[in-house]
Amino acid sequence: MFFDPANYRHPAFREGMADTLKVSPGIWAWGLMTGVAMVQAGLGTEVSIWMTLLVYGGSAQLAATPLLAAGAPVWVVLATAFCVNLRFAVFSLHLRGYLMAWPRWQRLSIGYLVADLNYVQFVQRHPHPAPDPAGQRAEMAYLCGNCFLSWLGWQVASFAGIFLASQVPMEWGLGFAGVLALVGILCSLTQTRLRAVSLAVSGAAAVAAFALPLRLNILVAIAAAVAVCLVVEQTPWGKKATA
Amino acid sequence: MDSVLTFTLLGLGAVTLATRCFFFILERELPFPAWAQRGLQYAPIAALAAVVVPEVMVSHGAFITTWQDARVYGAAAGVAFYLARRGQGQAVLGTIVVGMAVYLPLHMGWGW
Repeated sequence: MFFDPANYRHPAFREGMADTLKVSPGIWAWGLMTGVAMVQAGLGTEVSIWMTLLVYGGSAQLAATPLLAAGAPVWVVLATAFCVNLRFAVFSLHLRGYLMAWPRWQRLSIGYLVADLNYVQFVQRHPHPAPDPAGQRAEMAYLCGNCFLSWLGWQVASFAGIFLASQVPMEWGLGFAGVLALVGILCSLTQTRLRAVSLAVSGAAAVAAFALPLRLNILVAIAAAVAVCLVVEQTPWGKKATA
Repeated sequence: MDSVLTFTLLGLGAVTLATRCFFFILERELPFPAWAQRGLQYAPIAALAAVVVPEVMVSHGAFITTWQDARVYGAAAGVAFYLARRGQGQAVLGTIVVGMAVYLPLHMGWGW
C-alpha cells in the first residue's frame, strides 16, 4: 500500500503518479459527474459520500444508483454491481502473475484500488512480471503511486460533484472527458496489428450485444476479441503481425 | 441511514474488493493453460474498447444513425490529435482537451 515508505520513497512511485497525471482531467470530470449523478438521482448527500468512499468504482456506482433510489432488493443491487465489475475479474487473472509474490493483505489492499486505467497503464508499463525482488518492488511502487493519485483525484472530484450537484447540470456532458481519457489510452495501446484487431472486434461486439442486461456486453466483447485474436494469431497474417 | 442501506453499501464495497482481487485472493496455484495466458495480452485493449465504443456510438440503446452527434466529432478530434502527436509528449492529455474543445460547443451550443 501507499503508506509503506518502501513504496512511496521508491522512484517508480513518482512514475506511477506521472502516468495518472496524464489522464487526470478525465478522472476528475468523470468523478465529478458521478457525484452529481448520485445526488440528482435522489440518493442524498450522506449516502452518496459513503458510496464514493466504499464502492470506489464509477460504473458500479452509476449502475447501483437508480436501483438504490428505487428501493430495489439488496441482492439485486449487489448482483448488478458484481456483473458490471466482472471485467475486473479478468484483470485480476492477469495481475495474479505480478502480485502473488506479495502477502495476501498487501495483494488485497492494492487490488481493491486497481480501476480500469490503473490496470491498463500498469500492464503497459510492465508487460512481463519481474522475476526478482527488486523488480517486483518497482512494480508494486509504480502501482501504488498510480492508484494513489487516481483514488485521491476521484474522491476529491466526487465530493465536489456531491456538494455542487445543484450547480452542475448533467446536460453539460462534462463526463465525456472520462470517455476521452479512455480514448487516449486506447490509442496508446494500439501498438500492434493484433491489438487493433482486438479493439475492432471488441468495439463491434460491445455495440452488437448492447441490449444484454447488467452491462454484460462488456464481458461478451472481451471474450469475443480474445478468441478472435487467438485464432488470427495462428494464421500467416497473424504470425507476421506478431513478429 | 437505516441498517438495510448500511448493509447494502458495505456489500457494494465488498463487491468491489472481491471482483478486483478475484483471482489472487487465494494462494493456491491455478490451472492455467498456455493459450489463456497468451489471450490475456489482448484483454486490456478489448475491455477498454468494450466500454468506450458504445459510449461514443450508442444512443438510446441503439447504434447511432445521425451525424448530428457531438460525441463522434469529439472522439474523432481526440484521436486525430493523438495521431498527429504520434503519442509523444502529453498526447493523452491533449486528446482529452482537444476532444472536449470540439465536443462542448457542439453539445451545448447546437444541442448535438
